[in-house]
Amino acid sequence: MPEPIATPALDHPPFARGGATLALADPGPMTSVAPFPGQETAVNAALQGAGLGFPAPNRVIEGQGARVVWTGRAQAFVIGVAAPDLTGLAATTDQTDGWVALTLAGPSAADILMRLVPLDLRPGAFPPGHAARSGLNHLPLILWRDATGFTLMTFRSMARTAWHEVETVMDATEARAGLAARA
Amino acid sequence: MRLDAGGLIDRSRPMSFRFDGRAYGGFAGDTLASALMANGVRVVGRSFKYHRPRGMLTAGSEEPNALVEVLEDGQQTPNVRATVQEVFEGLSAQGQNAWPSVRWDVMEVNDLLSPFLSAGFYYKTFMWPRAFWEAIYEPVIRRAAGLGRLSGRHDEAAYEKAHAFCDVLVIGSGPAGLMAAQVAAQSGADVILAEEDARMGGRLLADRGMVDGQPGVDWAAGVVAELATMPNVRLMTRTTVTGAYDDGTYGALERVGLHVAPQPNLPRECFWRIVAKQTVLAAGALERAIAHPSNDRPGIMMAGAVRAYVNRWAVAPGKRVTVFANNHSARATVRDLIAAGVEVAAVIDPRPDAPDEPGTRVFKGARVVGTKGRMGLKEITIDHEGRAFRFETDCLALSGGWNPTLHLTSHLGKRPVWRADIAAFVPGDNAVPGMIPAGACNGDFSTAACLAAGQAAAVRALSVLGIKPADIALPAAEDDATDMTPLWAVEGKGRAWLDFANDVTVKDVKLSAQEGFSANEHMKRYTTQGMAPDQGKNSSIGALAVLADTTGKGIPETGTTTYRPPFVPVSIAAMGAGARGMGFAPQRFTTSDQASRDRGAPMIEAGMWYRPSYFPKPGETTWREACAREVAMVRGNVGVADVSTLGKIDLQGADAARFLDFVYTNTFSTLPVGRVRYGLMLREDGFVLDDGTSARLADDRYLMTTTTAAAGLVMRHLEFVHQAFCRDFALRFISVTETWAQFAVAGPRARALIASLGIVQNLPFMGVASVMVGGVQGRLFRISFSGEEGYEIAVPARYGAGLFRDLVARAETMGGGAYGMEALNVLRIEKGFITHAEIHGRTTAFDIGMAGMVSAKKDCIGKAAAQRPGLNGPEREQLVGLRPQGDVAISAGAHLFNPGDEAKRENDQGYVTSVGPSPTLGGYLGLAFLKDGRARHGATVRLVDHLRGIDVLCTVCDPVFHDRDGGKMRA
Repeated sequence: MPEPIATPALDHPPFARGGATLALADPGPMTSVAPFPGQETAVNAALQGAGLGFPAPNRVIEGQGARVVWTGRAQAFVIGVAAPDLTGLAATTDQTDGWVALTLAGPSAADILMRLVPLDLRPGAFPPGHAARSGLNHLPLILWRDATGFTLMTFRSMARTAWHEVETVMDATEARAGLAARA
Repeated sequence: MRLDAGGLIDRSRPMSFRFDGRAYGGFAGDTLASALMANGVRVVGRSFKYHRPRGMLTAGSEEPNALVEVLEDGQQTPNVRATVQEVFEGLSAQGQNAWPSVRWDVMEVNDLLSPFLSAGFYYKTFMWPRAFWEAIYEPVIRRAAGLGRLSGRHDEAAYEKAHAFCDVLVIGSGPAGLMAAQVAAQSGADVILAEEDARMGGRLLADRGMVDGQPGVDWAAGVVAELATMPNVRLMTRTTVTGAYDDGTYGALERVGLHVAPQPNLPRECFWRIVAKQTVLAAGALERAIAHPSNDRPGIMMAGAVRAYVNRWAVAPGKRVTVFANNHSARATVRDLIAAGVEVAAVIDPRPDAPDEPGTRVFKGARVVGTKGRMGLKEITIDHEGRAFRFETDCLALSGGWNPTLHLTSHLGKRPVWRADIAAFVPGDNAVPGMIPAGACNGDFSTAACLAAGQAAAVRALSVLGIKPADIALPAAEDDATDMTPLWAVEGKGRAWLDFANDVTVKDVKLSAQEGFSANEHMKRYTTQGMAPDQGKNSSIGALAVLADTTGKGIPETGTTTYRPPFVPVSIAAMGAGARGMGFAPQRFTTSDQASRDRGAPMIEAGMWYRPSYFPKPGETTWREACAREVAMVRGNVGVADVSTLGKIDLQGADAARFLDFVYTNTFSTLPVGRVRYGLMLREDGFVLDDGTSARLADDRYLMTTTTAAAGLVMRHLEFVHQAFCRDFALRFISVTETWAQFAVAGPRARALIASLGIVQNLPFMGVASVMVGGVQGRLFRISFSGEEGYEIAVPARYGAGLFRDLVARAETMGGGAYGMEALNVLRIEKGFITHAEIHGRTTAFDIGMAGMVSAKKDCIGKAAAQRPGLNGPEREQLVGLRPQGDVAISAGAHLFNPGDEAKRENDQGYVTSVGPSPTLGGYLGLAFLKDGRARHGATVRLVDHLRGIDVLCTVCDPVFHDRDGGKMRA
C-alpha cells in the first residue's frame, strides 16, 4: 500500500487578538529521555556531545535548532532533532505524535496565560529558558518560554479544546482592553 | 436631592437607567444608590422577614438593605447591592423581596404579625407533624421570606478566572493602603493594590480632610497616578479580596464588566487567586449603628455614609438632617452637611459632656427613642434629660463608632481581640502569616495614624523580603481622636433592629439568651443574625454587645464569631469560570473522528473521548439495526474499529519485567519477546483495578495497554508503586496513548485484509510484530476483544486518519466495514469479556472468575488483601451470564431475586452490569453478579428493574456465550 496520509492534530491559521498571537507550531521530532538510576551523568554527557545536555528541573537547554525540555521527574524531551543513541543509559520513547504544540507571543502573552496557568509567569520568575509541567486550565501542559514567547504543548487529542481555551481568553483580553481604552 | 455643585461625578456624562420600571437619570460616577437618592427614591427594598420598606443604610459593599435585582436580557442577578452597582446607560434594576413592588408589597402583612414571628418562631410552631416540615412548612415559609430571585435560566455570560503573583499585596486604597503601596512600589517591590471600589482613595473620597496640604481626594489621585506609571505595580479597582488562604494565597473577585452594558466576550467578573509574599491589610473600618427603637426607616443611615453621599456624589440624603452619634467623628457629617447647604436640625449626642457644634443645636446626654414615617423617616422622638422632644426630620445620620474591617484576619481561624480603650475588636497577633493589618482595620482611626501605619507596614513587609525601603516623607493629616463612648442599644417602645438584612432585633437576641442560646455561636444560629448577604458586617458586634449585656458577661468573655470567607458574596459563576457546559472537561478526539462523522456515526462520550456509536447504512432507522449488522459483519466477515483510546504505556529497563510481575496478578517475566499476555491488576485493597494486555517488545521493554476508562488511573498507580515501593528499580515508563493510533481489524477475513496492506505476518494468537504499513513503521498485534480472529494495527497518530479511511475502504470492498461502540459492546458481551461495568471497583478476581490468574508463585500488589475472609466464597456475588426466558429486553442496573421472593432490598441476590441484543445468539444477553452464581448455572432468577418497570425471569449461564473454547480467535 502507499504511505498513509499524514494529518496534523489541528489546522488553524495564526490567531492574533488581545495583544498576542496564537499559532500552531511544528517543533519537529520529539523523544522522551529518562535516565536509568545512576546514569544521569552519562546521559548528560551524551546529550552534551550532541550540543545539548540534560536540563535541571524546570529548565530548557537550547542547542542548534533543537532543545531539551525538562518534563518531569527524571525525564526530559529532546525536541527538534533525533535523540542520540542512549541504549543502556536511558529509556527513550518517541513522543512526536503525542503532542500538539502552540506558540503564544506578544506583549499580552503572559497576561493571557495567567488566566489559564496557575504559575508565576512574571519575567523574573519564569524567564526565557524556563519550563514547567502544569495545567492549561484543565488540560495537561508542558510549557516553556524562549526569547520569542511561550510554547504550550498538550495531548494531541485535546488540541481543539486547547486552542479554544486560549482563543476564549484572548477574546476576553481584547474586550477588557477595549473597556480600559474607553474609560 | 442632587446638590448643585461638587462631588466626584462627571456631570458632563449623564446616564439614564430604570428602577422598578421607571426611568431615572444619573451621572457617570454614580452608584445606583446615589443616583436613586438623587432622584428622591427612598424605598429600594423590602426586609427579609417583615417586608418592611427599606432604604440605603450605608454607601459600601456592607449594605444590608438596598439589595436589588439587576436585569439584563432575560437574566436577573439578585442581591446586588445598590451601593456597589455603578450606574451605566441602560442599567435596569428592580427591588426584590416584594410583590408587586417595593412601594406596595402584599407581604407587608408579615409586619403586622411580627409579635408572633420572633426568633425561633418557626422552629417552635412548625414542629408537628414532623413530615410536614420539608414538604409544606419550609417551602411556604421560603416563598414568603426571601432575598431575591434567579431567572431560572443558565448563566451563559462570560466569566473569567486568573492567577496573579506579587511581592506585596495591598488590600484597600485608603490613606493606609495608598501609603503602603507607594512605599513598597518605590522600593522596587512587585505590588498589587486591590480596591473594592471603582475608584482608589477609600475614605478620602468621602471625607473632606486635608492630606499633605491638599484635599485628601487630590492627594489620593496624585499617588494613584504615580503608581499607574510604574511597571512593578498592578492597580486593581472593583476588586474585593474575598478570602485569605494558606501560604499567602488570597481569593479576589473583580467586577470586570458589571459597570457597563453587556458586551461580547467581556467577562462579567473575574475570580483571582493572588499569591503574595507579604500582604498589607488596609481594609478600613465599618461604621456601626445604634439600635434605637424603630431604627430601620428609609432615611436612617450611617453618618459616614451621609458624608459619602454629600461629598462624593453630591447628593443630599435629606432636607433636614439629624445626627445621632456617640463619637467625635460623626461631627464631620454635621460640618459637611452645613457646608453643602443642608439644614442640620440637631445633634443628639448621648455623651453628657459632648462638645457643642457651631451651626446647630446639640442635645447632650440624649437618645433617639422613637421614629415615624412608614415609607421614609418623617419624625424622631428623643429623650433628653427625662423629657421627650419630637423633631421633624427626613434623615437621621447614625454613628455608634467604628468596627475595624478585620474579617480577612479571621479566615485562618484566629479570633479578633477586644480593645476596651477603643471599644472595638482588632486583629489577633499574626492572625494570617505574612499579613500585616494597618490603619483603621487595626484600630488606628485618624488619617495621620493611617498614613503612618501604612508606611510602617510596608517597611515591615519590605524588611521580610530583604528590600531596602524607599525614604518617603509622611504627609501631614488630621489626627483627631474618635472620642467614643459606647452605646449599643437604646431602651424604648418598639423594635430596635440589629441585623437589618435578616430582620433580627434586640428583642430577638434577648429572647435567644433567655431560651438558653446564650453563647454567641448559638444566638447567631437561633436568630439568624449575621447570616444574610452582609454576613453580619453591620450587626455582629452590636448583637454581641446586646447578648453580653443580657447574660451579664462582658464583650471579650462572650467573644466574636470568627469570620469566614468570602468577605462579600462571590458568584459561583466566577469561581467556575469557563467550566459551564462543554467547558466542564476537555474534549478528546481520535484521529478517526472526522472519518466517523463523515459516515454519519452518532458520536458518544466515553470519558472525555468521543467515539462512534454505530455507522448507519441507508434504510437503517434504529441503532439496533446498525448494531446487529455490524456484529454480524465481524462474526461473518471483517470489521474495523478505532481502539486508540485504550491507555498505552511504554515500560523500559532491566527491572521492567520484575515490575510487571509485581503490579499484575499473573507473571510477565516469563513472557517471550514478541508475545502478548492478558493481565489483571489489583488495587492495594485486593479489588480489581484494571485489566488489559501487555506486549513484550524486547527483553527490557514492554508495551502495556489499559482500559480507556482507567488509563490515567493505572498510570498514577504505576507511578505510586514505582516511587513508593520500587524506587531503585532500573525502570522508566511513559504514556504513549496519544502517540499511536490503533485500529482493531476483526473477523474471519481479518487476516486477508491485513495481507492486502502488504503485511505478510503469520502472527500466532497473542503475538506482536513490528511491521511497515505503507512506508510507515507500525506495530501489529494479534489480539481479540470480539472473539473472532483479531488484529490491532498501530501507526504514529499523524497517520491515523489516513489509515482508518484506508482500512474501512478495504473492509467495505470485502463486504465488511467500520463498527462502533454498540457493536463492540455486544461482541464482547457475547464473548463474556469484562469492562469497567464489571470491574467497577467492588469486585475481586474471585468474583469475575479469575482467581486462578492470581499467581501462587509470587507476590503482587493486592494479593494479601484479596485473601481476606469474605472476599472468596459462596457469599460473593459472582459473574454469570443471563438469558431472558422469552424475547424481551433486559437492562443493566436491574437487580436479581429468587423467583417467588418479593422484589425488595432484603431479598437481593445480585445485579446486572451489562446487556446487549445479540444477533448471533438471538435475544438479549446479560452479564450479572449473582450470589454464588457459578454454582447456579441453569437456575432461574427473577430480574427486576424498578426504574424501567422490567420484571422477567432469566436463565443463569456461563458468562461466555459465544465460542467458549476460543477456537475462533485462535484460528
